[in-house]
Amino acid sequence: MAKLTLADLKKIRDEKNKEMTRRDTDKDVQIIVGMGTCGIAAGAKETFSAFVDELDKSNISDVMVKQTGCMGFCSVEPTVRVTAPQMPDTIYNNVSAEIARRIVKEHIIGKKLVSEYVFDNPSRDIIAQ
Amino acid sequence: MAYKNYCLVCGGTGCNANTGEEIYHELIKKAKELGVENDVQIVKTGCFGFCEKGPIVKILPEEAFYVHVKPSDAEELIKEHIIKGRIVERLHYSEDGQDVQERGKIDDMRFYQKQYRIVLRNCGFINPEDIEEYIGREGYQGLAKALTEMTPDQIIEELKISGLRGRGGAGFPTWMKWNFTKQAQSDVKYIVCNADEGDPGAYMDRSTIEGDPHSVIEAMTIGAKAIGASQGFVYIRAEYPLAIHRLEVAMKQAHEYGLLGKDILGTGFDFEIEIRLGAGAFVCGEETALIASIEGERGIPKPRPPFPAVKGLWGKPTLINNVETYANIPMIILKGGNWFASVGTEKSKGTKVFALTGKIKNSGLVEVPMGTTLREIIYDVGGGIKNGKKFKAVQTGGPSGGVLTADKLDTPIDFDNLVSAGSMMGSGGMIVMNEDDCIVDIVRFYLDFSVDESCGKCSPCRIGGRKLLNILDKIVDGKGEMSDIDKIKEISTAMRRSSLCALGQTTPNPVLSIINLFWEELLAHIKDKKCPAGKCKKLLSFSIVRDTCIGCGVCAKKCPANAIIPENCEPLPGKKKPPYFIDINKCVKCGECLTACKFKSVVKL
Repeated sequence: MAKLTLADLKKIRDEKNKEMTRRDTDKDVQIIVGMGTCGIAAGAKETFSAFVDELDKSNISDVMVKQTGCMGFCSVEPTVRVTAPQMPDTIYNNVSAEIARRIVKEHIIGKKLVSEYVFDNPSRDIIAQ
Repeated sequence: MAYKNYCLVCGGTGCNANTGEEIYHELIKKAKELGVENDVQIVKTGCFGFCEKGPIVKILPEEAFYVHVKPSDAEELIKEHIIKGRIVERLHYSEDGQDVQERGKIDDMRFYQKQYRIVLRNCGFINPEDIEEYIGREGYQGLAKALTEMTPDQIIEELKISGLRGRGGAGFPTWMKWNFTKQAQSDVKYIVCNADEGDPGAYMDRSTIEGDPHSVIEAMTIGAKAIGASQGFVYIRAEYPLAIHRLEVAMKQAHEYGLLGKDILGTGFDFEIEIRLGAGAFVCGEETALIASIEGERGIPKPRPPFPAVKGLWGKPTLINNVETYANIPMIILKGGNWFASVGTEKSKGTKVFALTGKIKNSGLVEVPMGTTLREIIYDVGGGIKNGKKFKAVQTGGPSGGVLTADKLDTPIDFDNLVSAGSMMGSGGMIVMNEDDCIVDIVRFYLDFSVDESCGKCSPCRIGGRKLLNILDKIVDGKGEMSDIDKIKEISTAMRRSSLCALGQTTPNPVLSIINLFWEELLAHIKDKKCPAGKCKKLLSFSIVRDTCIGCGVCAKKCPANAIIPENCEPLPGKKKPPYFIDINKCVKCGECLTACKFKSVVKL
């Protein structure tokens, strides 16, 4: 990667920004697993592998599985954020490997929330403003 | 096929107790009856936190927020909202005096502004190991602005307008620290990030670096430009391996992108950061001790002045800030000081991250605007006390802080209010206690921590702390005397006045707060030799109620000390076996028998 100039920086921001906020297209399902120390201690690594494995098994390739830091809900780790087209942006709590597989089958494929594990996001995001 | 609507019913304890469960089933039933079960998915979620207005039903994608919903409202919600797509005004949340048009989305609701993320803006959103995601969320834009459009004085002026105060605990105005370092004359200056987070129960700095390492790098680079430094250090404790790893990855990527190192963004500005690992000593969070540790010396504090801003690392002017302080800075530069100053109270601007732990339902990281009350943090954001127990106190400010009782719950938290309430902000650990916690025992724990962490350089801290601990040990062992209280006060005053650094000066704080706030409980330990919470083992005894014991012997099997044996007598009238009793001399007071007995025949005295 060559060194960035000011213009490059702005370009990356705009492209990435679009990519990260793109929700209502047909692809670009994102599964974001909270992998701070608290999440990993609660088993987020197994959760992460279960997502990757289940997606492989179901032959789904347009889903991005990513890691992130602590979402703040340490008492209900592992937590997972799922963004999928035409579905509400959802946070799931206590996502074990087994629940991860259910999320792939029900949320990603079946377009149906995995009822018992939905968590509400209580904070306001300054970036969206 | 995705659903047209998603209907979220709050399934928290509060709403559930208040017909939440019925509403959920009623909604499903009505949706089926009205033939729209394929249009809407009805979901039960975790607590929305807004229990005061419960039961709550939220319908997406409109984000309609219905409060005080009753099972009988289900039909109307389905008919009006789901079928006709009209908001049911009658049930929709509105703030005082707001008219119908202004009823906005959740983001605009005052309640949800109880949490407001500036420091944690990227934690839980971006992949911390991908610099482009950080850039995608306005990352490095603040740096670009600082490098290309602003002079050092303008950067510091922006900080001054923002009113940001140091989040490491003391709350010193950040711009002043920056300004002192800028004004110091020297060929070389340094900038340091204090990531030595040592308070028991606090982990927001670790989480910030784990979730958003670039924000610290960006802020340090802005700081370097402001004060004229070209070398920075992050002092982080070695027991935070994940944070260290993420920081290393982030630094490497920033180098590759030309956002760190030589000629940053083509502006000719050079800046390097190195990581220094600390061995996990509490005192190394104190800035002069931290500097000694980076220099390779033993981490012990020096008297100030001279302050690090004048004479710091290797005798050169050095700017030291905490992780959380830095994490605020990119946004302040990008959005302006006025934007930041619009959040918070008059003298404490912005937000504060708390690590909310202890006997609380939703333990975790909480970022709230300054001025939020303790009650809002504990009950609304934290969901209240676990298992329906009663709130006893909340400990803030770590081992240097104090304890606040229920009468202080409505204190709007900021640096000054917490101090006048008898505690302090500290780095932001917040440990909630319930009725089962013994305050003397907890304070003894904090004191034990401070004594352990004393570097030993000055005698008030080294000897005073140890003496205080001895006295508290005596009290929890049931050997306390009234004269001990005067001794505590005397030692505490000496430690406060003559210790070299904040560690020694603040070690007595928690001890003094029991004298001030929990006098009755302290007296119970000293005079009556009783522990009201039932925690101090030496002051407890277990006994078996003879009349109700059926002689099953379950407790005897559980007892690790073989202290429970059957009485050598005939069974009592109406019983098949003789009752058991506890041999006080053998009992280790573990309480196993108490939990084992199904007939509540074992009692704690």
